[in-house]
Amino acid sequence: MDFNDSPEEAAYREKARAWLAENAAAHRARFGDLKPNTPEHMVAAKDWQATKAAAGYACITWPAAIGGGGGTPIQSVIFGQEEAKAGLGYGYFTIGLGMCVPTVMAFADSETKQRFVSPAVKGEEIWCQLFSEPAGGSDVAALRTRAVRDGDEWVINGQKVWTTGAHYCDYGILLTRTDPDAPKHKGLTMFWIDMKDPAVECRPIHQMSGGREFNEVYFTDLRVKDSQRLGEVGDGWKVALVTLMNERLAVGGSAGPNYREIMKLARQLSGPTGPALKDQAFREKLADWYVQSEGLKFTRFRTMTALSRGQTPGPESSIGKIISANQLQDLANTAVEMEDQYGILVDPDQAPAEAAFQQSLMWAPGLRIAGGTDEILKNIIAERVLGLPGEVRVDKDVPFKDMPTGR
Amino acid sequence: MDFDYSDDQKFLKDEARKFLAAHCDVGVVRGVLDDPGRSFDDKLWKGVTEQGWLGACIPEEHGGLGLGRVELCAIAEELGRAVAPIPFASTVYCLAEGLMAFGSEAQKAAVLPRIAAGELIGCLATSEGPGVVGPATLTCRVEGGKLSGTKIPVTDGDVADAALVLASEGGRPSLFLVDLKGAGVKRETLKSLDPTRGVARIVFDGAAAERVGEAGAGFDLVQAILDRAAVLLAFEQLGGADRCLEMAKDYALGRYAFGRVIAGYQAIKHKLADMYVKNEVARSNVYYGAWALNDDAPELPIAASAARIAASEAFWFASKESIQVHGGMGFTWDVDCHLYYRRSRQLSLVVGAPKVWKERLVGQLEQKNAA
Repeated sequence: MDFNDSPEEAAYREKARAWLAENAAAHRARFGDLKPNTPEHMVAAKDWQATKAAAGYACITWPAAIGGGGGTPIQSVIFGQEEAKAGLGYGYFTIGLGMCVPTVMAFADSETKQRFVSPAVKGEEIWCQLFSEPAGGSDVAALRTRAVRDGDEWVINGQKVWTTGAHYCDYGILLTRTDPDAPKHKGLTMFWIDMKDPAVECRPIHQMSGGREFNEVYFTDLRVKDSQRLGEVGDGWKVALVTLMNERLAVGGSAGPNYREIMKLARQLSGPTGPALKDQAFREKLADWYVQSEGLKFTRFRTMTALSRGQTPGPESSIGKIISANQLQDLANTAVEMEDQYGILVDPDQAPAEAAFQQSLMWAPGLRIAGGTDEILKNIIAERVLGLPGEVRVDKDVPFKDMPTGR
Repeated sequence: MDFDYSDDQKFLKDEARKFLAAHCDVGVVRGVLDDPGRSFDDKLWKGVTEQGWLGACIPEEHGGLGLGRVELCAIAEELGRAVAPIPFASTVYCLAEGLMAFGSEAQKAAVLPRIAAGELIGCLATSEGPGVVGPATLTCRVEGGKLSGTKIPVTDGDVADAALVLASEGGRPSLFLVDLKGAGVKRETLKSLDPTRGVARIVFDGAAAERVGEAGAGFDLVQAILDRAAVLLAFEQLGGADRCLEMAKDYALGRYAFGRVIAGYQAIKHKLADMYVKNEVARSNVYYGAWALNDDAPELPIAASAARIAASEAFWFASKESIQVHGGMGFTWDVDCHLYYRRSRQLSLVVGAPKVWKERLVGQLEQKNAA
């Protein structure tokens, strides 16, 4: 139980800090302050990823031979902390390097790995994950995108949805149905695909938050080679589970304002009985948020400790998003109500904190759904951590094509 | 960085669990619960003494084992899991830890060896009535080394041999060590929400009192002692919360309704998942607290507050929802759920309610983030 750095860790931190001080400043000098989700922002992100990769700070726990840093999980945590302190961090690579590329590494032939891993680490190519569909969200295995074999190729038709970054990604891993006569989990097969193929069309989704960060992706007679298959035909679900397992290890920070930001706001505002920060009900909420945030932070560290001791962290890290998404919604709404009548204003030029609370309020509902709804995550905890029985299943042994679909 | 018990600490914790399984089964707890004449189990107290737990952190020169605080946390977690009916927290977390932090060499030499040997039960006496005790409401007084006034409730005050007492002397709040077996001490055992732990009213009428620590620093000293105790109590709360989740899970897996086990229904699964989430948030916070305690880190006030808030919430939630999962059986005297429900209240109140700790936490955050 030691929350201090060991001498080796302190040395690593010192080195990382020095490196960041020099390189982050140089990076900022070159690119300045850019608006996210713009082409310029992407250029800057790729530059930073390449800079990190050259110094062994990208994919720190991966072997150096494939472009990683050859380091330990704890080093990865340390660098992440220092990078966050330096105020740098681009989200474009998280899904690719956290989920897709590890899946490629686990299932592709050596030639494919040779071709793709290193460019992904350097940020030259970005990957997306094509799993969810209109008819398969929480129930991903109900997906309908069809892949039909044609000699040495497969022909793919169908639609994915909620694909993060599909519009800027170069490659993706795609889960398809290859055997509709088999029960739903057994008729799936995974491929990697070229997102720039003309048979792939991305359409941004207009979200309730106003943004367009996610996409619908349509496949019309997309032809892929059998060598692009990841895992055996019919084993797509097993491959997908490896992808999702890696999702849990991808250490994600929480999106949006936290207890510090709302404290800052509360310092500035008046409440019904005096300064908002002195309002007792608010203070109790603040304490709860702090305890939850710290709890999550240290839970992530415990996961890393398990990793560094050679244990495999299980699905217990599913608790993270349940807490952070719900906290964001509660915290944002508390802030908006604290602004009283003024809270309705959403223009960053007018609303406090550049409208971060209003934006988070509108973003939080999506966060509670994306990457596993609150309810599905609770099922995962109940079944995979606590060992409780699965849901009563009416779809398990039925051929996929005979399953009721509601439309 | 290392965010878990070490292998040695895990071994100690396993041994503690085995010992308590053998010597503190639920029959021992119920023995105290059902006997109004007893508020702790004497035999278990002797056993715990033989294990060396009372002196786990007491230096070897004073008859203890000189172990670290994380080892004590591991023991505390197991005591909480077993709802152990002994005055361990009052004696070890409050009196022993308090004297080790602030006592004079003479006070340490007089008291610590007796604690380690199981010859002395301790307690901490601050409360004087309903509501939060503060400088304006403190009525116990010391004049010429003699203490007068009433403390109520004093956890384990019915059986304790010595107390740390908060009282004012010359108008300044200070902390005093009082021999409860001496003259001028009258006490009365009171009824508690949790009869497996004793509480008393203690009336002092000219009892000999010896100051501990600096004069006038009473509230600061008490707060520092409470910070330390809060971390250790949080481990007891975590142990209890984990046990509630286990009991609820086991029951749900064996109970059939509508043709299948109730553990298969989402309403139950999600309830148990909610317990798990709260317990993990608590575990992470109390581990951080253990580190801060062990290292005597400047973060201790914040870490202790967070540990206490998280562990109080987890144990309360798990203990009440465990009854719910057990259904009607959970509401009976014979099923053990209420032992945990009672203990969760005892542990949440004993060193100040969560509300008080939330205020302490936010106050600390205000100082830390004062911009």
